[in-house]
Amino acid sequence: MGRLEDEFRSKRAAGRKLLVPYITGGYPGWQPAIRAAAANGADAVEIGIPFSDPVMDGPVIQQASQFALEQGVTPAAILDEVTRLDVEIPLAVMTYYNLVHHPGPVRFAADLRRAGISAAILPDLPLEEAGPWCAAADAEGIETIMLAAPTAPDDRLPRVVDRAHGFVYSVGLLGVTGERESLAESATALAKRLKAITDKPVLVGVGVSNATQAYEVTRVADGVIQGASVVRRLMEDGPDAVGDYVAEVRSAIDAD
Amino acid sequence: MTEKSSSAAIADSTVNKEESLGSLLAPPDESGRFGEFGGRFVPETLVPACEELEAGFNEAWADQGFRYELRDRLNEYAGRPSILTECHNLGSQLGIRLILKREDLNHTGSHKINNVLGQALLAKRMGKTRLVAETGAGQHGVATATAAALLDMDCKVYMGEVDVDRQELNVFRMRLLGSEVEAVSSGSRTLKDAVNEAMRDWVATVGHTHYCLGSVMGPHPYPWMVRQFHRVIGDEAHAQCLELLGQAPEVVVACVGGGSNAIGIFSGFVDSDSRLVGVEPAGGAAVSRGAAGVVHGMRSYLMQDEVGQVEEAHSISAGLDYPGVGPEHSYLASLGRAEYPTVTDAEVVESFQLLSRSEGIIPALESAHALAWIVREAPQMQGQSVLMNLSGRGDKDVDQMMGILG
Repeated sequence: MGRLEDEFRSKRAAGRKLLVPYITGGYPGWQPAIRAAAANGADAVEIGIPFSDPVMDGPVIQQASQFALEQGVTPAAILDEVTRLDVEIPLAVMTYYNLVHHPGPVRFAADLRRAGISAAILPDLPLEEAGPWCAAADAEGIETIMLAAPTAPDDRLPRVVDRAHGFVYSVGLLGVTGERESLAESATALAKRLKAITDKPVLVGVGVSNATQAYEVTRVADGVIQGASVVRRLMEDGPDAVGDYVAEVRSAIDAD
Repeated sequence: MTEKSSSAAIADSTVNKEESLGSLLAPPDESGRFGEFGGRFVPETLVPACEELEAGFNEAWADQGFRYELRDRLNEYAGRPSILTECHNLGSQLGIRLILKREDLNHTGSHKINNVLGQALLAKRMGKTRLVAETGAGQHGVATATAAALLDMDCKVYMGEVDVDRQELNVFRMRLLGSEVEAVSSGSRTLKDAVNEAMRDWVATVGHTHYCLGSVMGPHPYPWMVRQFHRVIGDEAHAQCLELLGQAPEVVVACVGGGSNAIGIFSGFVDSDSRLVGVEPAGGAAVSRGAAGVVHGMRSYLMQDEVGQVEEAHSISAGLDYPGVGPEHSYLASLGRAEYPTVTDAEVVESFQLLSRSEGIIPALESAHALAWIVREAPQMQGQSVLMNLSGRGDKDVDQMMGILG
């Protein structure tokens, strides 16, 4: 078992709900934002490596990615900075498959390991296409977090779950990343289906938009991923606002 | 007993045409691959939808009722079969036999209607009530809006902001047909970003919506399914060429953005001796300048930078401003069965005017790419028969050309 899953299982056993903020790598202030998240109760951070065509992302994360790309950010530059972050919690990267395919899965997995990254999320790489990447990631000890979607029939979920390392990413709704007024019913429904078939940690992401919604999903799931709500604060108010927000969500999901 | 007219016989001969497994354009393998190209690289949310579509298409395509319904719609609504026109003036000027497959004469003015009627009938059969589509030049958007009007479905078309500006008339057309048109302001604000936005829509609405993809690209089963809907072009043309020339033409030429009109006409000739030429714009040359990559659900040749970011395509024609190409073209290119040269915008502007003046046919700027290559290469093809797919008419480009030609 890799470091991420190991830590998440231990924390869950100790009764803690897991909080994973997403931060767009290369967006101004992203490194202090990660440190602020770590200092304010994040259990891991998901670092986005910007891609030109992010089909799973809504307007906020698209805008942050595009801005970072316009500043000339590259995967190598982000991974280089990651080695200097000096945070205690495990780090995951989220990116799209072409940035893995281009250097090749073997080289990309090795680059992640060298940068001290624990896990990877590739939202446009479904189970059927994941073979070459998973083999390379497994060989380097990189945990591949698989996404499970509300549209998956019952016979598909166990296969997705089997392949997941680190945790299972339970997609909260039919749609792309972004903030919504209310939590979709599908968010807790899918988390329940997943919890019934796996003892791997199940975290809900996509469409979980604030502390109240984070509280709601963690009544069912083991934890929550917060993306657009975090990135928007980084863009509007900077890294300190990310720390404040993570603290707010932390205290909400810790409440009984 | 009356003898069937030649065009009715041609239409009949295409409806039950089956691919032989030994064909270079046989169906893809189980993973949706043509050689090492294709596949299904989509968010997990869309995997069940792609599987459902694949099953739905297989079932429909095996059903004579569906095939005949589509054939009837294509004949009675879209005006198929499209004719061949031999360009005697330009042909003798160039020293070749130049024959056009007149997809410009289809209803809505391009080949796009073949695929759209097929997908819309399929979507309806599968119980979907809404279509989403991307469009570059607006041809596919107009065709989709037309099919949605005909079959009483809701429709939303995504179009890059840049294209909305240069194809204003088509935007108005789509709205007139009852479709919603959304200008896409992300990324390069052209076709690839419209695809991204249509995919995002589909991720959120997959229960009742069908993504009516406009080219032989995207995740399995799209490249294969869209080719099947367009192979009527090649099957007709093959039969028509046998009548006209007594044999397959020596060269078959089409423009390539995603590559749907090209794969449609290539389908009829891939197993013959005809030389197959897919012409890409110099600013969107996925095959000659790209490397294998993964975007929009498929592994195919793709213009990308040194780390794998997708590059923006730039050409005079919105319909070819696409940095990738359908996986079947990558496959044919990798086998050496088809070649994919490029032409410049200046050559395209020349050939646009040339066909208009010499034959009284205004081609779409996309199709003018194919002619530009023919004009350039004619000295090396003296006396040969050259079949060009005239994929669309140029009315939509007249406004833009007024700006360019003054």
